[in-house]
Amino acid sequence: MVNENNEIKKHILSILVDNQPGVLSRIAGLFSGRGFNIESLCVAETADPLVSRVTLVTMGSDFIVEQIKKQLNKLINVIKVIDFSDADFVQREMVMVKVRAKPEHRAEILRTADIFRSKVVDVGARCYILELTGDEGKVDAFLNLLKPMGIKEIARTGAIALARDNK
Amino acid sequence: MKALQSEGVDTIFGYPGGAVLDIYDELAKTDIRHILVRHEQGAVHAADGYARASGRVGVCLVTSGPGATNTVTGIASAYMDSVPIVVLTGQVNSNLIGNDAFQEVDIVGITRPCTKHNYLVQSLKDLPRIIKEAFHIASSGRPGPVLIDLPKDIMQATGSYRAAKGVELKSYHPTYEPNMKQLPKVVDLIKASKKPAVFAGGGVILSKASKELTEFVKKIRAPITTSLMGLGAFPASDPLWLGMIGMHGTYRANMTSAECDLLVAIGVRFDDRVTGKIDTFAPNARIVHIDIDPTSIRKNIRVSIPIVGDCKITLQKLNALLGKEKLGSLRKGRKPWLDQIEKWKATRPLAYTQKETIKPQFVVEKLYELTHGEAIITTEVGQNQMWAAQYYHFDRPNAFITSGGLGVMGFGLPAAIGAQIAHPDKIVADIAGDGSIQMNIQEMATAVQYKLPIKIVILNNSYLGMVRQWQELFYDRCYSCTEMDHAPDFVKLAEAYGAVGLRASKVEEVIPVLKNGLSIQRPVIMDFVVEREEGVYPMVPAGASITEMLLV
Ligand SMILES: Cc1ncc(C[n+]2csc(CCOP(=O)(O)OP(=O)(O)O)c2C)c(N)n1
Ligand SMILES: [Mg+2]
Repeated sequence: MVNENNEIKKHILSILVDNQPGVLSRIAGLFSGRGFNIESLCVAETADPLVSRVTLVTMGSDFIVEQIKKQLNKLINVIKVIDFSDADFVQREMVMVKVRAKPEHRAEILRTADIFRSKVVDVGARCYILELTGDEGKVDAFLNLLKPMGIKEIARTGAIALARDNK
Repeated sequence: MKALQSEGVDTIFGYPGGAVLDIYDELAKTDIRHILVRHEQGAVHAADGYARASGRVGVCLVTSGPGATNTVTGIASAYMDSVPIVVLTGQVNSNLIGNDAFQEVDIVGITRPCTKHNYLVQSLKDLPRIIKEAFHIASSGRPGPVLIDLPKDIMQATGSYRAAKGVELKSYHPTYEPNMKQLPKVVDLIKASKKPAVFAGGGVILSKASKELTEFVKKIRAPITTSLMGLGAFPASDPLWLGMIGMHGTYRANMTSAECDLLVAIGVRFDDRVTGKIDTFAPNARIVHIDIDPTSIRKNIRVSIPIVGDCKITLQKLNALLGKEKLGSLRKGRKPWLDQIEKWKATRPLAYTQKETIKPQFVVEKLYELTHGEAIITTEVGQNQMWAAQYYHFDRPNAFITSGGLGVMGFGLPAAIGAQIAHPDKIVADIAGDGSIQMNIQEMATAVQYKLPIKIVILNNSYLGMVRQWQELFYDRCYSCTEMDHAPDFVKLAEAYGAVGLRASKVEEVIPVLKNGLSIQRPVIMDFVVEREEGVYPMVPAGASITEMLLV
């Protein structure tokens, strides 16, 4: 293997693909078949209904990620691969968290939600469900603060990202 | 059908079944030649052999389910060796897909990782476009197999044929033109180098760049080696030829790679069978890597100058640049380096000693002499394949057809059928092992039916010889399950198929049997009973440095 910069880094790849059945499986298959790892994955249509955007987070050295990008580009249905590690970009994740709401904790949960600009989307007798969007760090910090109250369930999306218009 | 004909298809290798009845019905009304193989794997290897011998796209047609799954090995082999083929598979009715219908299999899913691309046709109107795209994708850029899955109801539907216009794939644009900024750097490296070497591979043959490669090598007067897939890209009779590199490469080719200070690699992918231990490969060399597939570059090996581009175009441009330089003194300055290589060649030539029992190398050498090096050679896999590579010398591209990347036993016979169809007037010989030949032996019937005078040269050691050799060297001679003592009588077998069977068990019979076999205008099996425990040497043990060769 090529020994150069072997530092393992997180890369957010934004992959524009033909919006067709089977395309996601080609991408996922490429990762599994070549021993690359997918940390998270989001797929949705873009403004052009014929094109989808796959936002994928992977870990690897520059050398591995270079190879991943080349392999992705080689897939016929991949239109463009953007690596946000080289660009200025905005990143968001979303999480919904069901947290135990003991009477003595309720005020603190709501205060925390407020500080993070999170929304309470469901209030039950024993639990609240909170919704939050933000970058990875913000989501992690939020979950850490809620942990002592007792987190029952989490549903978290992977990252989505767009490059800033810095012209 | 019209779409296929508009792609210039005149030959299809195939095998019918329920899901493709409608296609076969239409096929009968065209003048496309259909070669009925005896197993779908044979159809794919034959299309592969056809494609490699002719430089055109090979086409096969099989039914759904088992017909489709039988093609997978052939497709994977073509994928590894970048061979342009289009595989048409039948599929159950579209409304049944996903229901575990009779003879349904998700062949698009199964072949996704071993095709360059694949399609499930969902509407008849898409078909002309898909066929056009498939041929374009298969044959352009780095070539490879493309599969098209055809549901039966769509094949039954009728519609007026509207030819597809050009191919518009917004996401597929292979890079043919090299980055012109890189080329002068290559020229500078060449001028600065005292000990340059060239390493060419299958990419040179695929891009039909042998002439340009030869010109390049002569201009810079550098010794040249190739991978297994590159044999024939440069004439083996030329004094600058080093022989093949790698696990069973020649001593001088491997030593050259270790000692050179510049390695110009063209149309190769640095397979582990070539490089041996990667950290010690070409330790003193700056490496220039030219390939059309960006993923090949820096996949396995560090490179000083990467150039993504078509081998032919890139070499033409490099040659033009070199043409402006005065290289006379540079060529003269090569003498010490070439002298060193001559010394390696003289001390460690490829050699064997012919005693009482027939040596397999002797058979290949005589085949080479008797065919004046002009045959198209296909091979099976194992020792036979390596002896073919070492002792048949190729002066021309598209003459050595072997399953290199995947190493499929059973490849050579069907590939010979495909090659013979592409070149009815040439001698086509399959250099075979007694084990491998039994893996697609049923294709003898195909050869007989279509009167294809292919020559099967079995180097019969009654062993799975290559595996036995590893057991001999690395497993204390424990020959576990590699003895093939229950083989058929190949002479009688040939006769049973309606072909000719010949045998040589003594040294003096070798030449007469070869002469006789080559002169017969029918399929012939020649069974050579060879030294049972002969080994292929040199050999670099797996994972060792390429210079750590075991010599006899
Ligand atoms: C389909 C397949 N199965 C198994 C192997 C592993 N294999 C590689 S070489 C070899 C022995 C081949 O024996 P034979 O055809 O007699 O050739 P020899 O080495 O004796 O010349 C085997 C089993 C393979 N390459 N392909
Ligand atoms: Mg054998």
